[in-house]
Amino acid sequence: MAHLPRPTLSLFLVLSLQIIFSAIAFGSDFQESDEEEFSEELLLRPLPDRKVLAHFHFESRAPPSLSDSHGRHHHLFPKAIAQLVQKFRVKEMELSFTQGRWNYDRWGGFDPISSSNAKPPGVELWAAFDVPQYLVDASWKNLTHTLSGLFCASINFLESSTTYSAPEWSFHPSSGSLRYGTLPREAVCTENLTPWLKLLPCRDKAGLSVLMDRPSIYRGFYHSQQLRLTSPEFEGRLESGIVLKQTLTVVLQPDSQGASNTYSSETKLQPSWSLSSIFGRKVTSRCVLAKSSNIYLQLEGGLVTELENVRKENVISWIDNVGSEGWRTNPFFDLSVNPDSVLREVNSLHGSSSSVLYEYSVAKYSDSRPFDLGLKWKSPVVWSCPQAPLHASRFLMGSGNERGAIAISLISTGLNEHFLGANIVEGSCKLEVDIFQVVPWYVKVYYHTLRVFVNGQPQAVTDVVEKMRVSPSEDKVSPGVMELVLKFPCDVKSAALTLEFDKGFLHIDEYPPDANQGFDIPSAIISFPNFHARTHYFEDSSLKRSPMLSKFQEKSRVRSYSEVLLVPLTTPDFSMPYNVITITCTAFALYFGSLLNVLRRRVGEEERFLKNRAAKKAGRLAQLLSMLSAKIRGKKWEHPQSPSASSSFISLKLIVKVVLVTGIAIAWQYYSQ
Amino acid sequence: MAESEAEVPKAKPRPIVRLGIFLISHSCLFSVICCTAGVLTLLLLPVLAKNTYISENALMPGSANPMFSSQEVSEANRLVKSLTSLDSKPVGSGIESQRLIAEYMSDLGAEISYHKFYPRSNQFHPLHFFSYPDSGSTRENVSCISHGLNTVGIIRAPRGDGKEAIVLVTPYNSLKVGPGEALSLGIAYSVFSLLTQVTWLAKDIIWLVADSRYGEYAAVNAWLRDYHMPVFSGLSALKAEICPVSNVHNELKENSVTERKINDGFRRAGTMATALVIKVTDGSEHFEDSLSIYAEASNGQMPNLDLINIVNYLAVHRQGLRVKVEKMRSLINCKWLKILGEILQSLGHVAKSLNPQWKFGIPAKDYVEGAATLASSLYYQALGVPTGPHGAFRDYEIDAITMEISSRVALNNKARKNDFLLRGGRLIEGVIRTVNNLLEKFHQSFFLYLLTSPSKFVSVGVYMIAFALLVASLPVVAASLYADAHKVDPSFGIDKSTPQASATDELSITPRSCKWLNAAKKVFLVHLWGAVVSFLPYFICQIPSCTPTTSFVVWVLLSSFSLPILSLILGSSFSYGRPSQPQKRDWTLLKSVTISAAFIGLCLMSVINFATAEIGALLMVPMCLMAQPLKLDIRSRKLRKFLRVACNLALGFLGFPPAGFFVLKGAFEGFGGITVGDFWSWLESIWSWSSATYLYIGWFERTRS
Repeated sequence: MAHLPRPTLSLFLVLSLQIIFSAIAFGSDFQESDEEEFSEELLLRPLPDRKVLAHFHFESRAPPSLSDSHGRHHHLFPKAIAQLVQKFRVKEMELSFTQGRWNYDRWGGFDPISSSNAKPPGVELWAAFDVPQYLVDASWKNLTHTLSGLFCASINFLESSTTYSAPEWSFHPSSGSLRYGTLPREAVCTENLTPWLKLLPCRDKAGLSVLMDRPSIYRGFYHSQQLRLTSPEFEGRLESGIVLKQTLTVVLQPDSQGASNTYSSETKLQPSWSLSSIFGRKVTSRCVLAKSSNIYLQLEGGLVTELENVRKENVISWIDNVGSEGWRTNPFFDLSVNPDSVLREVNSLHGSSSSVLYEYSVAKYSDSRPFDLGLKWKSPVVWSCPQAPLHASRFLMGSGNERGAIAISLISTGLNEHFLGANIVEGSCKLEVDIFQVVPWYVKVYYHTLRVFVNGQPQAVTDVVEKMRVSPSEDKVSPGVMELVLKFPCDVKSAALTLEFDKGFLHIDEYPPDANQGFDIPSAIISFPNFHARTHYFEDSSLKRSPMLSKFQEKSRVRSYSEVLLVPLTTPDFSMPYNVITITCTAFALYFGSLLNVLRRRVGEEERFLKNRAAKKAGRLAQLLSMLSAKIRGKKWEHPQSPSASSSFISLKLIVKVVLVTGIAIAWQYYSQ
Repeated sequence: MAESEAEVPKAKPRPIVRLGIFLISHSCLFSVICCTAGVLTLLLLPVLAKNTYISENALMPGSANPMFSSQEVSEANRLVKSLTSLDSKPVGSGIESQRLIAEYMSDLGAEISYHKFYPRSNQFHPLHFFSYPDSGSTRENVSCISHGLNTVGIIRAPRGDGKEAIVLVTPYNSLKVGPGEALSLGIAYSVFSLLTQVTWLAKDIIWLVADSRYGEYAAVNAWLRDYHMPVFSGLSALKAEICPVSNVHNELKENSVTERKINDGFRRAGTMATALVIKVTDGSEHFEDSLSIYAEASNGQMPNLDLINIVNYLAVHRQGLRVKVEKMRSLINCKWLKILGEILQSLGHVAKSLNPQWKFGIPAKDYVEGAATLASSLYYQALGVPTGPHGAFRDYEIDAITMEISSRVALNNKARKNDFLLRGGRLIEGVIRTVNNLLEKFHQSFFLYLLTSPSKFVSVGVYMIAFALLVASLPVVAASLYADAHKVDPSFGIDKSTPQASATDELSITPRSCKWLNAAKKVFLVHLWGAVVSFLPYFICQIPSCTPTTSFVVWVLLSSFSLPILSLILGSSFSYGRPSQPQKRDWTLLKSVTISAAFIGLCLMSVINFATAEIGALLMVPMCLMAQPLKLDIRSRKLRKFLRVACNLALGFLGFPPAGFFVLKGAFEGFGGITVGDFWSWLESIWSWSSATYLYIGWFERTRS
């Protein structure tokens, strides 16, 4: 253990106190908080729809920065983050970049990963500050700019007060100084991942992050990189410093060998996979700076139940079969590597089964013997993921460019029936649902039109809504925010909320690029405060070492994000300014022309002229013709003396000339070809 | 001449006023020239048509190689085979085929839902012409037995954000799957299966298998209505109580492997960007495989021209299909059109020989085809009845077209069939990929256009000219009539040349405006009668169980009775005495007011539905201009007058809608077997689309004062 590199420590300490340091490295809580530490973990989970979930979890801790420790030297903890926390006094912050949608139906909606790592597409940022109320907005603006530079993303667009909001209680329990903003249209790319990786002590050169082969992780169906920061020191808890959790959640589709399998109508065999087949790389070594470096394979409760059902025919329960072969082989699949240990979930809330975790320590493997976990399915198996009590979906109603409605529909997944039995003792069983919805100002929502339907019956809003906070939008200043606490009866089958809105008009320079695509309404957050996504595993010595598993045990509410909506607004023809300029210029020309005409006209002269002409009574047509001919000949027009004769003569001459010229032109054209 | 009026030796009026006076004084010549020019321009439109071009650069049609391969073709064949084998079985309860399709879809990993709908009877609402279809309207007469069942499959784009979707629609009759329908399902399925594997998808794909048992349009429309305007309140529960037998979902779910995946709920996938309706017809073509494009939606709305362009481009340049749009077959063999085409062609030749830069001549054959296409394009836009299920999408501002692929020979030959499937599938894949490239919705190209061939169009700027020329004569004639009325009036000593000038005259304003008001009242009365006549069918169709013929008779009787009643109520007399001078003046005023009302109406109509206004103008402008009281004409027995009377009567007869309908129908289909009931059913079909044309027809009658 003494060989752990501590290059910056003084030589004296290294030489004399090796033993003590090794104790510190794995030591008790008190010493742990005194030292920066880093750990890396990877969770793999086969999903029911033939995909694989990979969840990387990197955690860095810095000890509390004491008041005199300005300019503290960090060994492992990223300095940029530490400075950011110090400067803006960030109590808590979460930034996520997501591509694709989390499929709550098929990938689960109850476990810790889906409630804390399933994020809406684009960028989501929230932060709580430890500053006086009037400084929160300023801190938020500075923070967005800093993060924008740090992550090569347009997070700075969250600076504008029309894009962020201040939820009070439905989003995060500890609020007041919290700001929340999303950018649904932000494209996520490797240029966001690279700065994220730079925060890791080993970057992607060693350890588990070696697996992050860019083409393979961006080929997946879901990709969410997240950075979560907690610094409890501002809250007066000095015993722990800044904690930085970086997670990357990807859902990948293993290549199935037989493409023909895909279409067979009988139950399908799950595709077999290994680390090298889904990532294209293998784990060669751990990051030497990491305190722990583990890979877990999680089998969900549903899958374990299926396995146990089959095993019941055999006498021995497979999970208790201590022999090493028992871990690896069972009727459904083979594992290529023996796990170091097996953890079992305790106190599972949903259903009879509990999930199982296989643990692998990467420390044993090296370049010569790379770690390549493989899972080979032998027989088809169908299971389902635990679902949130209500499945939420949100959509737009209505058509036309004038008005519409937002509808949130909640459909029971049948999970709450389990809880019905548990909660019925209290008498009236209620299912509590929190909804947090931000709507941009150009979608003018009428909050009084909120209507609630429960089981297909319209309900009075006051019967269902327990608590409500609405801050209406202000044009070009702030978005509309709605926070709701709903209480449904436990046996609710379906519920729906509708809100009507008018579509507003933007000024021509307020339209974003590609305005004709439409405008986004960010995801609504639907959370269930009565339900907690937590997974307990058997108390084990390994558990203490694993920050990821201890995070799974944290009590966090089940939360799901709804879809992002696209509202088509009326867009002007953007060539219109040009047209307007043309028309204005024409109008001006006409105006000035007539003005000039009026100014230079001599009324007396004109009257005399008129009288003259009235006396002559010349045929106007003839005059006109003679004038025209004069113009054509370039001579000054003289008033004809004998109007009738000369005019007819001139016109005849003119006609002859015109005909002659035309004939010559035609002949020349014809013969010149 | 102009001098005669501008005698007064005072300051010359402004040039624009002088021009106006000139036009009014020559109104007869002017109106004849304008009308002729208008008709000529209309006939010239096929020559003036421009080639289409892809306006939106982001579309990039055909820039990627098609991924659709023979493997997908075998998929399509598999589905077609199982559908046809299902059809041969005697069981065929209708639900079998939906279940089969749903199973195929779920094997691909798509999300599936069934959509049950009840066909609505055609309800006519006189005041709902231009309002959006609303969900709250009549659902009372829902019968339990007759429901359709749409199957909907959705592929989520792997990395997309799910904000937009592209819709594929394959209508088919679930009771009896025809070979063409089976093939269209096969093509759609093979494309769908390809799209589950591709990585380039940015928008979700919805495949709607519409149950066309009660009409293709009804099925698609019902689904769209539920997509955009769902009803949350307890209607579904109510229905389930009334109709316990028809619980389809229970029937469907038994012994199904895919049971778990099929959700009762209505599944959605964001805002729809484009919809493609795919149909296959069998073996009707003589030369090569062809593709017919139908684009007209309700009230003459068209999808963006770019959508037609990309389909046309991909079909012609990538898949080698012959693209057709609907044309009036009867016009192709028209003699006078051919002659006109030849004249234009020779004119074009002469022009070209004069200056090689002038290229306005087109071959006579092209001209005739273009004219036929243009005529059908005008006709369908004017009718306001959608030409296919795509029309339902346009009501929700979604660009949609129907693509009807037809093969050269009957598809019995297996290799031939595979080739057909391959080309059809590649075409649809290409169109979807192109639309998928588009970040914004279609907005770059034209929405107001007429097609003269799949690759030629007349834009709004050009076809407005014909209409404007036709209509321009109306205000001029009205003004000149008004001026005439005052001129012949002996009571006014000073002859005012323009109505503007007369309005300023304080002394004479009272009697004159009264006269004017009298005429206006008369016109208003007739218009009111027209409105009553057009709303009558709504009440007539409330009468249960009547055939078209009887209801037509009832309508005619009621409407003829309603005129005297109305005139009694409003207390205006229609008796013309001897044709004295004041009588004649009255009549001139009346005609002037009628013409100005017609002018305003035509202009308004051109904003709402251009094609209707154009056709209306063609019929009404001559009628308005030539109308003369019969008594006056008959009295003076001259040949010229007699001719005019004959013309008037003929135009009036044509203008009267039922007569016009008969003549048109007779001209196009031969006079055999036309009944009065035909007209009724034609009218009925027009209402049910709540078409603006209907309003127009009613209004038509009013102008015949």
